[in-house]
Amino acid sequence: MPKRIETVVMHDSTTPVIGSTQKAGNIILTSMDALINQVQANSLWPLTFGLACCAIEMMSTAASRFDISRFGSEAFRATPRQADVMIIAGRVSKKMAPALRQIYDQMPEPKWVISMGACASSGGVYNNYAIVQGADQIVPVDVYVPGCPPSPEALIFGILKLQEKIKRRKYNKVLELKPRTQEDISVESAITREGALNEF
Amino acid sequence: MSFDLISGVVKPLITGFGITAKRLARKKVTVQYPEKRREQYDRTRWRHALVRHDDGLEKCIGCSLCAGACPAKCIYVEAEDNTDENRFSPGERYAVRYEINMIRCIFCGLCQEACPTGAIVLKKDFELANYKREQFIYTKKMLLESKRPE
Ligand code: SF4
Ligand code: SF4
Ligand code: SF4
Repeated sequence: MPKRIETVVMHDSTTPVIGSTQKAGNIILTSMDALINQVQANSLWPLTFGLACCAIEMMSTAASRFDISRFGSEAFRATPRQADVMIIAGRVSKKMAPALRQIYDQMPEPKWVISMGACASSGGVYNNYAIVQGADQIVPVDVYVPGCPPSPEALIFGILKLQEKIKRRKYNKVLELKPRTQEDISVESAITREGALNEF
Repeated sequence: MSFDLISGVVKPLITGFGITAKRLARKKVTVQYPEKRREQYDRTRWRHALVRHDDGLEKCIGCSLCAGACPAKCIYVEAEDNTDENRFSPGERYAVRYEINMIRCIFCGLCQEACPTGAIVLKKDFELANYKREQFIYTKKMLLESKRPE
């Protein structure tokens, strides 16, 4: 009969994770899942990608009144090589689109994208020739935060949503760090295959 | 060159930690968001709600004025006639479909201003972030307030 052992689960102050019982043979891998997820979820270093007015609220989220460092995201990085999550704050113009994609590609895996505000998520009021109608046409977006601009609390709620998503991940293979959905793959291959960026 | 321990190390340390110590006694400014919420300002505008009259009928009469006023063009209204057996609103017509694309909405409140019956109201619920774009089409069912218990 397989022995049942309580899985080791780390806790953080905001979202408690309830331990589950697993078969003894799985204990190392499942606890590694939980451990890696906890570590990654609680030290999301954002990439400063302020493109318009939403960036002001993003800065305000980082300041002491709302204090994003309570969630381990205070280290705003100016280089994609050190960042985990790209917060697209503001409308993405078509001239900015190739740069945005390039910077996304330069970020090391695992990486996530938060699309902050109406403009970055869908184009917002700017339904015109100059603005990309949603950042998900260029990069796969994990969390959309509506608002114009989203208040710091709304952005923090978005970050918490992302943390929830990260904590739910399961690794099929040990080294496969970001299991991509079929949707992500189709978005990306559409971009590279048809050279969609060239038309911007 | 001699190194002065007092003025070079101890004094700056005391000055620095002195500022920290003074700050400790001040009121804390950080809003502890997920646990505690700050009081929102009076004019804060977030998620919409379709409200009802006191007798339980919907205020919305399906006139589409809100959709016309919306700068983001994110409201979709489809109206239908009320009948005596099937009455949703006191007016002639009611909205069968009422949809707002929350991801395009800029929460400007112009729909609220344009509405002749005060049916659409922007409330203060800001926790709207989600994972998929389709999840942001808020249907009439999601927007309409539930009937008050008799
Ligand atoms: S959503 Fe509003 S605040 Fe954000 S970039 Fe667009 S116009 Fe500016
Ligand atoms: S708040 Fe403004 S953008 Fe949003 S639905 Fe109303 S009119 Fe449209
Ligand atoms: S919400 Fe108001 S303005 Fe919009 S369709 Fe209903 S009654 Fe007309």
